[in-house]
Amino acid sequence: MGGIVDPTVTNLVVFVLAIIVGYHVIWNVTPALHTPLMSVTNAISSVIIVGAILAAAPSQTDFGSLLGALAVALAAVNVAGGFLVTQRMLEMFRKKEHKAAKKEG
Amino acid sequence: MTANQITLWYLVASVCFIFALKGLSSPTTARRGNAFGIAGMTIAVLTTIAVIARGRVDLILMAMLVGGAIGAIVARRVEMTQMPELVAAMHSLVGMAAVLIAVAAVNNPAAFGVQDPMPTGNKLELFIGTFVGAITFSGSVIAFGKLAGLGKKFRLFSSAPVVFKGQHMVNLVLALVMVGFGVAFFLAPGKAWTPFIAMAGIAFVLGVLIIIPIGGADMPVVISMLNSYSGWAAAGIGFSLNNSMLIIAGSLVGSSGAILSYIMCKAMNRSFFSVILGGFGAAEGSAAAGATDRTVRSGSADDAAFLMANAESVIIVPGYGLAVARAQHAVKEMAAKLTAKGVNVRYAIHPVAGRMPGHMNVLLAEAEVPYDQVFEMDDINGEFGTCDVALVLGANDVVNPLAYEKGSPIYGMPILDVVKARTVLVNKRSMAAGYAGLDNPLFYMDKTMMVFGDAKKVVDDIVKALE
Repeated sequence: MGGIVDPTVTNLVVFVLAIIVGYHVIWNVTPALHTPLMSVTNAISSVIIVGAILAAAPSQTDFGSLLGALAVALAAVNVAGGFLVTQRMLEMFRKKEHKAAKKEG
Repeated sequence: MTANQITLWYLVASVCFIFALKGLSSPTTARRGNAFGIAGMTIAVLTTIAVIARGRVDLILMAMLVGGAIGAIVARRVEMTQMPELVAAMHSLVGMAAVLIAVAAVNNPAAFGVQDPMPTGNKLELFIGTFVGAITFSGSVIAFGKLAGLGKKFRLFSSAPVVFKGQHMVNLVLALVMVGFGVAFFLAPGKAWTPFIAMAGIAFVLGVLIIIPIGGADMPVVISMLNSYSGWAAAGIGFSLNNSMLIIAGSLVGSSGAILSYIMCKAMNRSFFSVILGGFGAAEGSAAAGATDRTVRSGSADDAAFLMANAESVIIVPGYGLAVARAQHAVKEMAAKLTAKGVNVRYAIHPVAGRMPGHMNVLLAEAEVPYDQVFEMDDINGEFGTCDVALVLGANDVVNPLAYEKGSPIYGMPILDVVKARTVLVNKRSMAAGYAGLDNPLFYMDKTMMVFGDAKKVVDDIVKALE
């Protein structure tokens, strides 16, 4: 017993807990918003852009860092596209609320 | 910034991502949720850029600008009917980015703060991240092609299942060989390029082979499944870089996709395993056996308009045919006319009404259908018994009462209880069977009137007749 915990084990702890959080949060998502859910999760999984930035960072540019830059660009398409298209869809759901509110008021 | 500070910022970003998904529990909080997501992403990116401030920030910003601009343009231009294609394309980008990052990590682990040569633990995780990423990429490309209807030009993209003898055997052997190369990569000292590249190559091929046998009808499952894969790929990369934020974000997305796949499978009465094995959906469009000797009552748009105008309540069941005909705006106009005449109009949405989870809700939202008129299957099924007219627009299997009969192939599938309505109007282009390849007894009932034709044209005619 004792000693330093291997990073992989720490990772596993985070992984298991995150799946449990995910399970509970996702079941609460209303079915009407499942399409925005998919587009926003797409944007969120593009957080691997963080890894891509690290890959592209070394000041001595080689083929690895160029691939990193390409990965940054690909992930950026998803980040911008995912969040914007989600927003666009959610605005459509809002329009109705506005109108319904006006009718009531 | 110290390593601790960086990790704490990443923690803030991770919490934002959880709140982003939590916000989607209701349309009223959903926009705030999306804002949380954007905030989390901004924090994650800025923190990382601060870390590498002495590196090639110029190169990175340029790549972000180019990618971001493309993403923004696509997000603005895409049609809501094309959402499944867009989502599939985006999955493929996540997969490809994961593979590229993995290649860069093998090449220069020091850039990621990982020891050089890379410890074996990280190598194992990198291997998992790479093959999941590669499968996500090529699988999503095939799914995109199927959804975009490229099957006429390239057989690989055919919406009918592409099957060949010994397919599952080939997949299994390839998967084992891939794992073999992965183990070789894991055991070899230093940069073991050969097994790494061989493994990634096989994974790309596997992605294609896994998706081609899956038919067009199962696309909602496939697209959810690839959603899940793209999350696991991100989590895998997070493991190899020891980055908790990537693991959390990846796991959230991974479980989201898995749950959506489960919901879609259940709504189609299919086991996840049988979807993966594929070969379903081949009978699409073929007339069902025994359909010829029974008669149906067909009527015109004017008849339909008359019936609905004199009803007290009408439930509209929109299906995929409505989306194909882009008739949702016309339907909204028709509903508004009926409401003006004092008819109670509601919409009933089956979970697989569109081509991806929740697709029909978005299409109706785009047409500005009032929020409180749209109901999920479980909430409205009890109402059909007291409803005068049910109008089925381009849906078939999801209203097929054979689902109640033991022994039928779709027995047990959850369906909309249209059969209980006093009068049923069905709009279809022809008597062709649905994806399940089954005849639908609903069409032959005395209380059913068929209105043949393109959904948009029929609804437009009904609108005219209502004036």
